[in-house]
Amino acid sequence: MLAEALVLSAILFVIGTLGVLVRRNAIIMFLCIELQLNAVNLSFVALARYLGIEGQLYVFFVMTVAAAEAAVGLAIIISIFRHYESVNVENFNLLKW
Amino acid sequence: MSASTLPTVVASVAQGTGSGFDPVLPGLILLLPLLGFALNGALALVSGSRSATALREGREEAGHDSGGRPLTHTLPTWIGPGVMLAAFLLTLVNFVGMLGVELVEPVIRSYWTWMATGALSIEAAIQLDQLSLIMMMVITGVGFLIHVFSVGYMKEDPGYPRYFAYLNLFVFFMLILVMGANFPMMFVGWEGVGLCSYLLIGFWFRDREKADAGKKAFIVNRVGDFGLLVAMFILFAVFGTLDYQGIFEAAPDTLVYGGATVTAVTLFLLLGAAGKSAQVPLYVWLPDAMAGPTPVSALIHAATMVTAGVYLVARSSVLFAMAPVGAAAVATVGAVTALFAATIALKQYDIKKVLAYSTVSQLGFMFMGVGVGAYAAGVFHLMTHAFFKALLFLGAGAVIHSMHHALHATHKDWDAQDMRNMGGLRRFMPATWITMWVATLAIAGIWPFAGFFSKDEIIWYVGTSAPASVLYTVLWGMAIATALLTAFYMTRMMVMTFHGPNRTGADEAKHLHEAPPNMTIPLGILAVLSVFGGWINVPGSVRESFFGGFGFLPMSDWLDRWLEPLTATAYQIRVDQLGAYASTSPVGGGHVLWGAIATGLALAVVIIGARAVASREIRPAVESPEPTGFGKVLHDKWYVDELYDRIIVRPIQALSRACWRWIDQVIIDGTVNAVGSVARGFGWFGSLVQTGQMNTYAFILTLGALVILGVLIL
Repeated sequence: MLAEALVLSAILFVIGTLGVLVRRNAIIMFLCIELQLNAVNLSFVALARYLGIEGQLYVFFVMTVAAAEAAVGLAIIISIFRHYESVNVENFNLLKW
Repeated sequence: MSASTLPTVVASVAQGTGSGFDPVLPGLILLLPLLGFALNGALALVSGSRSATALREGREEAGHDSGGRPLTHTLPTWIGPGVMLAAFLLTLVNFVGMLGVELVEPVIRSYWTWMATGALSIEAAIQLDQLSLIMMMVITGVGFLIHVFSVGYMKEDPGYPRYFAYLNLFVFFMLILVMGANFPMMFVGWEGVGLCSYLLIGFWFRDREKADAGKKAFIVNRVGDFGLLVAMFILFAVFGTLDYQGIFEAAPDTLVYGGATVTAVTLFLLLGAAGKSAQVPLYVWLPDAMAGPTPVSALIHAATMVTAGVYLVARSSVLFAMAPVGAAAVATVGAVTALFAATIALKQYDIKKVLAYSTVSQLGFMFMGVGVGAYAAGVFHLMTHAFFKALLFLGAGAVIHSMHHALHATHKDWDAQDMRNMGGLRRFMPATWITMWVATLAIAGIWPFAGFFSKDEIIWYVGTSAPASVLYTVLWGMAIATALLTAFYMTRMMVMTFHGPNRTGADEAKHLHEAPPNMTIPLGILAVLSVFGGWINVPGSVRESFFGGFGFLPMSDWLDRWLEPLTATAYQIRVDQLGAYASTSPVGGGHVLWGAIATGLALAVVIIGARAVASREIRPAVESPEPTGFGKVLHDKWYVDELYDRIIVRPIQALSRACWRWIDQVIIDGTVNAVGSVARGFGWFGSLVQTGQMNTYAFILTLGALVILGVLIL
């Protein structure tokens, strides 16, 4: 049971990571980050069964932070969109020397 | 002064009363000019910021109108001369107090320990003795008169309070110079008067030429100060102290007569003295120093500061007596300077330049005097010179003042100091004319004026100092020649300025006027001193012959006897080593005969010179032809400035430029810049990673995380 859960978690995490790396749409990248977080949550929950209840506690923390992050991140994306009329991160390359 | 230093003062007071002479508030004599400086300086700051505001707002500078002077201009009028008068009266009280007692040891007042490191301990101490009191009398007395004169001379200048602040500060430092009880104290005064000299030469600093003259004075003096410092180092190494008393009492036993040490010390002291007293080869700054206001030339560059070198040699008389080479060098430098400067003065047209070279020449006389061991004679000439040269400068100041007004009234673009533009001024300014003639006769050495006694005493001692010595016979001849040249160029100056037809111009002549009373009264007092000042040191034999045994002159050889406690040791060493002074001149003839010859010759030169100059047609400066031949060489001052420019100034500038262009800009700056460029190159390379693309960052982040993870696992 544990092995399957961890494999699923790993698959979800890799999908999320690759999504962040290869996609250019800011919303999609954002969703991929959420996917990574939830992959980690899954492994927490799975491991909690063997290692103690603390893992489940961490899941709540992660969800809270993820919710806050979603609020902030979506706000940023909306304001960027208002400015550029686009959410393609290739256009946002001012953050350099 | 803190409480812990009080015992020192109390102890030295007790010491003072022990010698029979109790000085009255000697510290206050110093503090009064300092107080004047502080007050006038504060007023100067106020008035300076006010006129700066006026300039900004485009108004005329405050103070250039004659009516309604602000308080910053009326107060210095009272503060400046006021503190000088108080200081003079205090000095007089001390002087009179010292007259009555036989003071063998100087009275030293120590206020606090200034420096104490290892073996070196320097007290902030002042010393009152016969020499310092004579100097203080001259400084505060003549200084007071010049302050009073300045009130009239400078009253229209916007920098009036600043002027008095500097002048008071100068007097303070000059008093420190002569009152200090050790070499470092004297050095403080020495540097302080140099600073004030610089500030006052460049008083009108908006004029580039005048500011440069100030810098020149300061830089040339640095060369001399180097000598003085080295002499002090050697003295400390030998004696372990820098107090006058300690050094001069130990010197006869510690040092070897004519040894290398004492010779080196005296030669370095001579370098220092030559810088401050404008002797060859460091005299070049003094004529340029005439860029300052004329009363400054009278006070600093004629009467007091430039005599500091003479004071230094007289103060160190024991050392110079023990170093025959050093003393001979002093006398030779003095004689060369005296003759050299006198020849230049023959062909100068600027009235102040004539007086400047005359000052250099007279300082040469004083050096001759102290060089041949006649310290009292040197100090005597210092004193009488202060009287008649201050008078000459102040008289020239009155003339320039009047000329400036006349030329200003008609907006004529002529030089107010050029004697070719003057002529016939005696009709317009009789008081200045008469007093300046008194000073001219005094400097020419005509009996019974002051200069006769002091100058002839020096010439006499030079001629008799070392019997059958070729050097001193030559110096004696040079001294006599200089004296006759002096009589001539001074007569030329007087005739060109005051006699003959007026050349200023008909319209301008209407505006020529006599100076106001606050300028002519100091002239009158100085004229009286120029007549009678020499009578304090009439040699006994001469007194009987010339004055017919007049009973009202009880003061024969007074100054010689007055200074005896200070010069006796030096005199004794000299007589023991070189033998007594001869009783006749190198070519025979005694005291009285040569006095008569000197007066006769000088008088003849004055009369013939006056006729010769008057018979020549002089034209205003703009119409005058350039001097030619040898006259041009003299007019251009033997091209010494040009020579120094070639062999010293330009090589140093070239060297500095090379250091700047190559060592500084190429090597030092190059190294620093290279280090910077390397760091920048690395930075540029690293910045290529920063693309601004979020995916790249995420990719590198993931890659990094994987690498770390891999390392941890494996």
